[in-house]
Amino acid sequence: MEKLYLWIALAPLIGAIIAGLFGKQIGKAGAHLVTIAGVGFSTIASMMVLKYLVVDGGEAYNASVYTWAVVGDLKLEIGFLVDNLTAMMMVVVTFVSLMVHIYTIGYMKDDPGYQRFFSYISLFTFAMLMLVMSNNFLQLFFGWEAVGLVSYLLIGFWYKKETAIYANLKAFMVNRVGDFGFLLGIAGVLYFFESLDYATVFGKVEAFVATNPTFDVIAGSEWSAMTVICICLFIGAMGKSAQVPLHVWLPDSMEGPTPISALIHAATMVTAGVFMVARMSPLFEYSETALAFILVIGATTALFMGFLGLVQNDIKKVIAYSTLSQLGYMVVALGSSAYAAGVFHLMTHAFFKALLFLAAGSVIIGMHHEQDMRKMGGLYKYMPITWITSLIGSLALIGTPFFSGYYSKDVVILAAQHADLGMASTYAYYAVLSGVFITALYSFRLFFMVFHSNERFDDHTREHLKESPWVVTLPLILLAIPSVVIAWFTTGDMLFGNFFEGVITVLPQHDVLKEISGEWHGPVSFGLHAISSPPFYLALAGVVTAWFLYVKRPDIPGMLEDKFKWLHTLFVNKYYFDDVNQAIFADGAVKIGKQLWKQGDEKLIDGLMVNGTAKSVGVFASLLRHIQTGQLSNYAFTMIIGLVGFLGWLIYSSM
Amino acid sequence: MIALSDYLVVSAILFTVGIAGIILNRKNIITLLMSIELMLLAVNTNFIAFSRYLDDPVGQVFVFFILTVAAAEAAIGLAILLLVFRNRRSIAVEELDSMQG
Repeated sequence: MEKLYLWIALAPLIGAIIAGLFGKQIGKAGAHLVTIAGVGFSTIASMMVLKYLVVDGGEAYNASVYTWAVVGDLKLEIGFLVDNLTAMMMVVVTFVSLMVHIYTIGYMKDDPGYQRFFSYISLFTFAMLMLVMSNNFLQLFFGWEAVGLVSYLLIGFWYKKETAIYANLKAFMVNRVGDFGFLLGIAGVLYFFESLDYATVFGKVEAFVATNPTFDVIAGSEWSAMTVICICLFIGAMGKSAQVPLHVWLPDSMEGPTPISALIHAATMVTAGVFMVARMSPLFEYSETALAFILVIGATTALFMGFLGLVQNDIKKVIAYSTLSQLGYMVVALGSSAYAAGVFHLMTHAFFKALLFLAAGSVIIGMHHEQDMRKMGGLYKYMPITWITSLIGSLALIGTPFFSGYYSKDVVILAAQHADLGMASTYAYYAVLSGVFITALYSFRLFFMVFHSNERFDDHTREHLKESPWVVTLPLILLAIPSVVIAWFTTGDMLFGNFFEGVITVLPQHDVLKEISGEWHGPVSFGLHAISSPPFYLALAGVVTAWFLYVKRPDIPGMLEDKFKWLHTLFVNKYYFDDVNQAIFADGAVKIGKQLWKQGDEKLIDGLMVNGTAKSVGVFASLLRHIQTGQLSNYAFTMIIGLVGFLGWLIYSSM
Repeated sequence: MIALSDYLVVSAILFTVGIAGIILNRKNIITLLMSIELMLLAVNTNFIAFSRYLDDPVGQVFVFFILTVAAAEAAIGLAILLLVFRNRRSIAVEELDSMQG
């Protein structure tokens, strides 16, 4: 199996290298064939691995395949840990990636950077696989940075667009903040556990916690080592998974091509943080402070980012805020110690959110790269497949009973309800519960504004408006299927069964999923159970409100806007996060930089050190030059004096 | 028998005269060269005196070499001097100060 795991990771890399370096020679068709072959191989192999582990009951694999460097006792290795969690992530990543590869053939058809694009997304698949398959912190960090790099490259794919360059720089910078925390967390792990290998570290945790270790972060104050490590690691997750206040890069990342938004900024990369926390569950379990912190951050993201989706008019931005909000849900699940629920929501979300993004992309193709929803409407007549798949995606997103999103989201809400972390869990519960209404409202606002209501585009657009080609619609259909049914087969095993046994550690006192499992009697009864639970009615209310506001009485939103001007302004300005960041961090950095340049560089280094040295040499030399008479006799005299002096000294000292 | 110290005194006087010649002379490079020869001779005198005193002929052999080299050196010095005079129409030491800072 070892060879297979290696090839799963390497196949997309080979595709990326061929398409990237020899793109000109192999042409467009060659580029997409070779990358799709690589990713397709990984997809099939990943599915085989999942089957081998789950159905055939195979052993999890954990071994190093290559020693990269040895520093003292520390070995830096590249290795694979393939257990149920990894196998599930591998299938999700490669499957969504394959769909996006196929979709891209249609979406990027006339783009001059066609081969480059395929090379990047294949490279991304490789990096993401390295991240999820890693068996140590170093390789995790490598994958973490590599996906960040590809994300940077892809957001700025249209590098002549100024906003795209701004957005990718922003994404890169904000992720650096998160990665700084992440790196500190890894350093903490290395410092306290003296290893970077997952199994070794997790094996030492219990004994480590028993000693209740603390250390001084700031002199004089004792901090629990576990809490500091966990929060540092989670800061990394906050950057990558775009949690408040490091979420600012994700909406801007929509500057990139739509397939990227689906693959990287919705389905896979942004969920890396969730995956990471689930993988580190043996660490996080031992710090309730960190869990409460995670819970609050996640709940805040889930609710408040949802609000912002209500006022956006760019079709992709709405889905981006929806992604933020859903990431918040996953993080809430993690904070409630329902790691399995978080990962489960990650999986279902990957399918339906990729679907929604790709559908939005299909709409954008149809509208000739118009992304403003105010200029759409009534598209269901022209794009039936996009319409029906969007409907499925939206229904799954808002948690309609019997759709996959229902099972995952409902369990997250239940987990928050049952979590026992004081104020934090109460806050989280109400936040995610009211989030359901908001989710339904913005999802169906988008759905109605795009596909129903009056046609608000001109005749020229109408003439060209038609359903997208099969390479675009096929991925939509293939993603719509799991969006509906995946939870039917998996909920029982993944959430209430033993799918994650030995992978995710939950202390008995935190085990909320076990408490909930009493309510689980198979997917059908759980679905019917919705009738008696508040989230269902909240979602229904959201849909009805959206229908009333955007189909029945489209004049009301404008009125509300005027009435609650301050609130609308607040939302449109995204709670002023961007402005504060701009004012304090960006402008502050510029000011500090300017001071350093003026004072430090110009005055101290250039003025005092470099020019100062030259100047003092000059002054000294202008004094010395008077001795240089050019008269041979003077030189000879000086030599004699020197000789006499030295001789005198020699004789004097030897006496 | 002349004592060793007498030889050394003569040689020291010769050497000092040579130094004084170099330092005091401002007019003529030829005088300079002659002063250097004088200093060399003082050294040679020392060599011979010690050679006799220690009964070791090596010192005298050395003197032969020094005399040969000194002759060659004087020839080169005079040649340079000739060129200096051709170029500058003067061999006054005072005027040769292009090394002044």
